[in-house]
Amino acid sequence: MGIDLKGASFEGWRRENGRMGVRNHVIILPVDDLSNAACEAVAHNIKGCMAIPHAYGRLQFGYDLELHFRTLIGTGSNPNVAGVVVIGIEPGWAGKIAEGIAATGKPVEFFGIEQHGDINTIARASRAAYRMVKHASKLKKTKAPVVDLWVSTKCGESDTTSGLASCPTNGNAFDKLWENGNTLVFGETTELTGGEHLVAARCRTPEIRAQFQAMFDRYQRVVEANKTSDLSESQPTKGNIEGGLTTIEEKALGNIQKIGKRCVVDGVLDKAEAPTHSGLWFMDSSSAAAEMVTLCAASGYAVHFFPTGQGNVIGNPIVPVIKITANPRTQRTMSEHIDVDVTGLLQKRMNMDDAGEALLDCMLRTADGELTAAELLGHREFSLTRIYESA
Amino acid sequence: MTIHFVVHDEGDSVGVVVVEGLTAGTPLTGWIMDQDKMIEFQARNDIPIGHKLAIRSIAKGDTIIKYGIDIGRAVADIGPGEHAHVHNVKTKRW
Repeated sequence: MGIDLKGASFEGWRRENGRMGVRNHVIILPVDDLSNAACEAVAHNIKGCMAIPHAYGRLQFGYDLELHFRTLIGTGSNPNVAGVVVIGIEPGWAGKIAEGIAATGKPVEFFGIEQHGDINTIARASRAAYRMVKHASKLKKTKAPVVDLWVSTKCGESDTTSGLASCPTNGNAFDKLWENGNTLVFGETTELTGGEHLVAARCRTPEIRAQFQAMFDRYQRVVEANKTSDLSESQPTKGNIEGGLTTIEEKALGNIQKIGKRCVVDGVLDKAEAPTHSGLWFMDSSSAAAEMVTLCAASGYAVHFFPTGQGNVIGNPIVPVIKITANPRTQRTMSEHIDVDVTGLLQKRMNMDDAGEALLDCMLRTADGELTAAELLGHREFSLTRIYESA
Repeated sequence: MTIHFVVHDEGDSVGVVVVEGLTAGTPLTGWIMDQDKMIEFQARNDIPIGHKLAIRSIAKGDTIIKYGIDIGRAVADIGPGEHAHVHNVKTKRW
């Protein structure tokens, strides 16, 4: 008996803008690398909030800076976040990020360090965090239909079992969620190389196909312009090769199994851009795990599906990452990282519908609050995508 | 019954080993997923889990087919039951 997605529900937090979140985080968000220390001090002072340190934010310009702002504003705006304290070395950019997040209606306050120093800033920001955690802890969960859950996917440390079983499991679940009217996303532009024609053929309209192709071609030009070798140790990665993947084409064909057999690509997104309607979106993005999951979270996705072969350990600060493997060695040696075991698929002990249902069941339990392996192990990888060097 | 290797499609030139510690000479049971057929084979090399074995004769320069689709080219002859990986298969892209 399959899960009736139309009839099923989950309990999460309905945010001010109507979006459903499945976690209730208060985050202390640095604008720049210089503000990490103050953010971490605030998160140490006030229990129930979390600093999200990162490496960037100074002297970026042009599109690279736009992406930095969009990613930080998107992270704060994600429905898994109840409130945000923004700290920057100066208040101008901190205010700009706070203003972007405030458009969702959620509480946000910002602070600049210059002319105050760390200690005074930490004191003021700690009081703001105190109020925000108090506020968040009073918010009640409400029941919502499954269609209100936005789900992203990206696979990693892939091997041949990813293409045989864990990515098709993801695809089976995505087909069902897509038919249910959910809002979905996949990406990893260069990891479609060798199978890009298959994705192009799945685009809903010629316009969407042309947009997808333009994104794919642009990324190929970046690789061509910057490569110093044939990329045979970067794509596939050393881990992929250890796992038996030989060429980028083979890796891509496995990767593409994540979008199932029936889903149609309903639109394309730039990095960290929020979708404007339901359906399956393609996001032009890096294939590096933490970068891609960070971008999905910044686009507003609330739960992430992560098929793995050799055993990627990734998590995200604000989005629960559900990991799926079909590799029996990975399940044997690092099961504490795996949420959904589909090794039975390769021995015909499980069929693909059963596997897809197991993933959907895990998704609903996670949405209701059950912690993922990555959450239990404290994986909070937050990696900003950079486009080019700073000014 | 243990399935030792899995093939996506019966037109493919390679299958994937799905058990640990496979040694040369082992009689193998394979499952062709798309057609749901079983095949018998023999490993000619020790092949790690996740790695591919040729399920037909592949000549140097031949296209390697997996998922029914081109995944690269052979840069050496590969006999049935032999390990097919980066030492004898290369991308046709970058």
